[in-house]
Amino acid sequence: MATAVFLTGFVVTGAYAQETIKIGVTQPLTGAFAASGNYVAQGAKIAEEEINQAGGVLGKKIQLITEDNKSNPTEAVSTVEKLITKDKVPVLIGAWSSTLTLAVMPKLEEYKVPMIVETSSSGKITTSGNPYIFRISPTSAMEAKAFQPLVKKMGIKKASFLYTNNDFGIGSANEYSNMLKTNGATVGVMETMDPKATDFSAQLAKIKASGSDTLFVTTAVEQLTLILKQAKEQQVKVRIISCGGSNSPDQLIEQAGDAANGSYHTAFFPPWFPEVTKNPEVSKRYMAEWKKRGHNVGGLTEGFRGFDGVYVAVAGIKAAGKAEPEAIRAALWGVTVKGIYGDIHFNKEGPAGKESGQNVPVVYLVTITNGKVVKTSF
Amino acid sequence: MDELFQHFLNAIILGGTYALLGIGLTLIFGIMRVVNFTHGELYAFGAYCMYALVMIFHVNFFLALALAMAMGILMGAALEMLLLNRLRGADIDTTMLVMIGAWIVMQNMEQFIWSGVALSINSPFPANPLVLGPLSVSWNRVYVFIIALALIGATYYLVNRTRLGKAMRATFQDRDTAALMGIRIDRIHTATFALGSGLAAAAGALLGPVFVVTPTMGDLAASKAFAIVILGGLGNITGATLGGFILAFVEELGAGYISSGYRDAMGFLLIILILLMRPTGLFAQKERIG
Repeated sequence: MATAVFLTGFVVTGAYAQETIKIGVTQPLTGAFAASGNYVAQGAKIAEEEINQAGGVLGKKIQLITEDNKSNPTEAVSTVEKLITKDKVPVLIGAWSSTLTLAVMPKLEEYKVPMIVETSSSGKITTSGNPYIFRISPTSAMEAKAFQPLVKKMGIKKASFLYTNNDFGIGSANEYSNMLKTNGATVGVMETMDPKATDFSAQLAKIKASGSDTLFVTTAVEQLTLILKQAKEQQVKVRIISCGGSNSPDQLIEQAGDAANGSYHTAFFPPWFPEVTKNPEVSKRYMAEWKKRGHNVGGLTEGFRGFDGVYVAVAGIKAAGKAEPEAIRAALWGVTVKGIYGDIHFNKEGPAGKESGQNVPVVYLVTITNGKVVKTSF
Repeated sequence: MDELFQHFLNAIILGGTYALLGIGLTLIFGIMRVVNFTHGELYAFGAYCMYALVMIFHVNFFLALALAMAMGILMGAALEMLLLNRLRGADIDTTMLVMIGAWIVMQNMEQFIWSGVALSINSPFPANPLVLGPLSVSWNRVYVFIIALALIGATYYLVNRTRLGKAMRATFQDRDTAALMGIRIDRIHTATFALGSGLAAAAGALLGPVFVVTPTMGDLAASKAFAIVILGGLGNITGATLGGFILAFVEELGAGYISSGYRDAMGFLLIILILLMRPTGLFAQKERIG
């Protein structure tokens, strides 16, 4: 009896495997970035089901194989190795944080499998000469450049920085501080924090003493919540601007309450006014499905990254005409996908002959007023 | 100068909670010789209990703290009776592996039940801070500090002035003789583990509303608690209390005047230096040998 059950199970899996095209996803489903990683995975799942309902790609259904990289670079490398060697996925999506993405990049080159980078912003990812990288999220440099006209309009004279001491934070603080210097503002103090830290009293005391009018913060939403609360507690009266787009203003309003008022946030997808996005019909469809599934509304600003990632991977497979890594890599250069990030296509970036693909999304700046997210009036 | 005073104020307030985390662990470490990797998870457990009580069941904020601590004590007693009791006499490696397993299971259970999204607990304190001239501190943190000191005081009293405390100290000094004198070592172990766990849960329930509640919050708390215990000397409550304050000052001033990115490293650097000079910790008690 046991044997019979086992055999049936085996046959079913075997048949299923033949009919699907696998796409590997590596995300931080547990550990420090678990909240964001799960949102990205949920967004990817929505795209997977939409695509399969519409008949899949190349006559086959797609199947996402999602692995947990545990917010840990070593684990991230193992997930990619497992997805490529065991599941034989021809294309990957990952790996949320810049540090995690940078960790897996050598494996992509070793096994010659392309990866769609859906979140990471460190410049190094697309400038280090890895031809298997196709990034749909903006770099810190793009964000800083988009911010440039606002320096004068917002009246920023002296700005300080508080950022996580990892690839994401350091990359962002460097780009923004250089941009500010070339636009006539001075830089106060550059304070770092461990990505797991919860108490920022020492940094905030220093920032308060620096006499800055603005504080740029680069980290994920959990630390940002605490920074807003603690800045209020220590009466650090500066304009706080969060960079990097992983700031979930809805969650900030819910958790930091009053302390969130008056803060500014860069966003790569504004679910509060989807009509301003390049493809509003796609944005609205994604939002409706997200809400229908009862997912946390605060996660909309992360989930869309996974959603777009899957559509881009599938467009690559379709353009390649076969589910083979090299063919997909070559085909990705030609695709244009109407996504939430905008009309996604790839420009060449990095050393000649080994360029990575980089999309140019729109960057939005929103502010929180009276517990509501509103467009900035600049 | 204002900045320096603000750093001092921050360090004193932070030191109170560090001391609370440290004494809970030092009791378990000192009396039971168990490397308790679940200490941080009991801290997170306390915070999640507080969240459930205050935000879901709308229990009074102050009553919720007492209930969360009681749940921590029960959880600690359950862990001790289910796992550690069976491992009595097992070597330290086995116990350590079991405790690491319990830590991983508890952390994953937290994520399974509550998801990875950070949760916040509303406190009844005013949003505007207590302002003392150029300095300011939130009312919630002042409350945390006062309760932490009260709990530390109560633990001192329990260990030094009660029959149970006497039995704990006797077990710590020489468990075989204590057993021969009729002390129920098993019960002392359960009581010690429950008490230490209760203190960790109280720390979590106190700090949950100050910070946010996440499944990984216990990791940092546990590594700090271990640092404090090693700094103060194993099993030494006074050492753990002072160790908590020393760690807070080193971190706060180190972050303020040397480098904030290495805030958490500062404390561990200090521990390495102290252990090189005083291998048994700053305030180690003399232990009877042989």
